[in-house]
Amino acid sequence: MTYDFQWSILWTGENGRWLLEGLWTTIRLSALSWIFACGLGILSGALRTAPLWPLRALATCYVEFFRNVPLLVWLFFWYFGAPQALPHPAQDWLNLHGPEFWSAVVALSVYHGARMSEVIRAGIQSVPKTLFEASVATGLSVGQAYRLILIPIALRLIIPPATNESLNLLKNSSLALTIGVAELTFMTRQIETYTARAFEALTAGTLIYLVLCLTIASVMAQVERSLRIPGLIARGVRSES
Amino acid sequence: MSFDWGIIAGNWKFLLLQGLFGIGSFGGGTLRLAIPAMVLGSILGVVIGLCRLAHRRWISYPAVLYVEIFRGVPLVMVIFWFWFLIPQITGQRLPDYSVALAAFVVFEAAYLGEIVRAGVQTVPRGQVDAALASGLTYGEMMLHVILPQAIRNMIPSLVTQFIVLFKDTSLASIIGMMELTKAAQIVSQREIRPFEMYLFLAVVYWICAYSMSRFSRRLEGKMSPEQAPARAH
Repeated sequence: MTYDFQWSILWTGENGRWLLEGLWTTIRLSALSWIFACGLGILSGALRTAPLWPLRALATCYVEFFRNVPLLVWLFFWYFGAPQALPHPAQDWLNLHGPEFWSAVVALSVYHGARMSEVIRAGIQSVPKTLFEASVATGLSVGQAYRLILIPIALRLIIPPATNESLNLLKNSSLALTIGVAELTFMTRQIETYTARAFEALTAGTLIYLVLCLTIASVMAQVERSLRIPGLIARGVRSES
Repeated sequence: MSFDWGIIAGNWKFLLLQGLFGIGSFGGGTLRLAIPAMVLGSILGVVIGLCRLAHRRWISYPAVLYVEIFRGVPLVMVIFWFWFLIPQITGQRLPDYSVALAAFVVFEAAYLGEIVRAGVQTVPRGQVDAALASGLTYGEMMLHVILPQAIRNMIPSLVTQFIVLFKDTSLASIIGMMELTKAAQIVSQREIRPFEMYLFLAVVYWICAYSMSRFSRRLEGKMSPEQAPARAH
């Protein structure tokens, strides 16, 4: 294997700017989807432990349906399929306003919301049941008990699995290239196409992902240490992936 | 908006036979990729998991590096690497199927290695001491004493990982390999009916993945209580 390395292609011409733009799109896409996914995850995770069965059933249907189908299929569905179900004026409006990015946000949020929900459910269920009973006994309503007691404690317990899941979201945002979102992997491929220097382009993309993931993981490990609940953390939270 | 569900009646055979099982002129197939990838990935995963547990640093550090790198990079990136590297190294273009299989084996082995490591660590330390004290070598001890017990503990995680792998094989369509998602893409482009097609595709994946996860839960319940990992309930 003889290969003539030209690392300079990564910063000459447009390529450096493309990489940065790709990185920025990846971060924007992941951050937005992460916020929506956390919202959906907390809501449906809490509902899955609710004392009313219709609420539990609704949340279970959402989680089980969305997390058992590949993200790629959801991307194709929300990008190619879902607009077909909209009225024509709405379809035209979407086509004018670049539906790729927002389809990717919807697909990532809904898919990872379902996965996040499992993490949060495990967290809530690992909070001792007596704590819930005690908070209701002191006069809080069920909603208040969830909002003020159960969820804040669960959120602190689930930092490790939730970090893992957030990193999955970041890595999975690379699938958005299939519907034409110009994120990091897309830009890496574009540089490869324009310069025919696949090794350099792929190395750059891979390193950026690695640095992003390792940085977030180590920051979150710090956060976990500082937010650890004495005496409770030993219970551990087992999440299903 | 009007839907035409007839396209599913007309194409389901192609989707399931060609896409899911790989029976047809295109080869490929989701299950024909997922099953060998799981078997080969598990073998490599055992090697990596055991290396990670080794006491000698020159054995354990490369394994740690392997796991950290592959878990910090998107699968799509790994598939592109193999797509580019394999022709460079072998000097010839290999079929998409081989490229995808190689990428999945190497990528999944990082995750399976962690499952193996966790499984081995659940076996009580006394077992190691007892096996060594009774005169077994390290290799014999691993093969006959530790791994058989560890594998029992690992089965639920292994089934879960197989479901993840089964869903991930949809990414092989990105390099053009024929499997379930690619088959649906082809039909959807020919019929211009993406809504019906992709919803049907989602249902097919869902039936497969959900029945596997029910099976895994049954399996977990069947194990004796001291064997079953603690569940949050």
